[in-house]
Amino acid sequence: MRARVIVLPRPEILDPQGRAVAHALGALHFGGVQDVRVGRIVDLTLQDGLERGAAELQVRKMAKDLLANPIVEDFQIQWLD
Amino acid sequence: MRVSVLQFPGSNCDHDVTYAFGSVLGCATSLVWHGDTQLPEDTSLVIVPGGFSYGDYLRCGAIAAHAPIMAAAKRFAEQGGAIVGICNGFQILTESRLLPGALLRNENLSFVCKNVTLRVESHKSPLTAKLPLHSTYTMPVAHMEGNFIADTATLDAMEQNGQLVLRYVDGHGEATRHANPNGAARNIAGVSNARGNVIGLMPHPERAIEALLGGTDGRTMLRGLVEYVRG
Repeated sequence: MRARVIVLPRPEILDPQGRAVAHALGALHFGGVQDVRVGRIVDLTLQDGLERGAAELQVRKMAKDLLANPIVEDFQIQWLD
Repeated sequence: MRVSVLQFPGSNCDHDVTYAFGSVLGCATSLVWHGDTQLPEDTSLVIVPGGFSYGDYLRCGAIAAHAPIMAAAKRFAEQGGAIVGICNGFQILTESRLLPGALLRNENLSFVCKNVTLRVESHKSPLTAKLPLHSTYTMPVAHMEGNFIADTATLDAMEQNGQLVLRYVDGHGEATRHANPNGAARNIAGVSNARGNVIGLMPHPERAIEALLGGTDGRTMLRGLVEYVRG
């Protein structure tokens, strides 16, 4: 079972990396980009045979305790299989 | 008193801090490995030094915050023990929730390495308890992620409670935008917890302890800390 945790800066947090990327896109003449947010993806491969509900709870706790900092970041969990 | 200096893989100010407290200020010091589960019994001050613990992987300080020695540091803080986190040590203390807020990438995305001037805003920390209010000190910063942030309600509550301990100021002692090296909210250079026994700061007092190193303001600050802890 594989889970993907997507971590992004919270909307109210200024994202200087995203802003720099937006400027760079402008410099490359890509028009129409209103906003860019830069985050990270963490892919987790979990032990076979885990019950899905328990796995979801566990991955959510992993995200809250370590993979994201809830003070400044939001996260989403996707299941890859 | 014993000063316990925590050591993580990638810490690089651990020996500077040990030199400052040991050779310059005459304290008994111990380096304490991250995998240890207890602080030396006679510890009266814990320093979380600067560096790049665990290569700054994931987020600065995020992995160190869960190291075994941090559980001992939390118990020490709960008992009222004095903890000071410097630079990466500040990041480790916010990630471990011993301090509020978080430290983001500098606003201008540049590593900043220069002297800054700090103003003492509050006595509510072991580091500033013995220093005159509004006195200023000059010492280096050297970091990429020193942009302190917390939500407005948290910042207001911290300000009211005296937890905004040090601010970046200009040559006239004013907290101007120009004096702010990293975009930190309200020019914050150092904050304490609500109880006032844990403090984190981005600047490096241990790098301003001898005239040969460019200044001694850091020594004045650290001497105040030692006096306070000694009682």
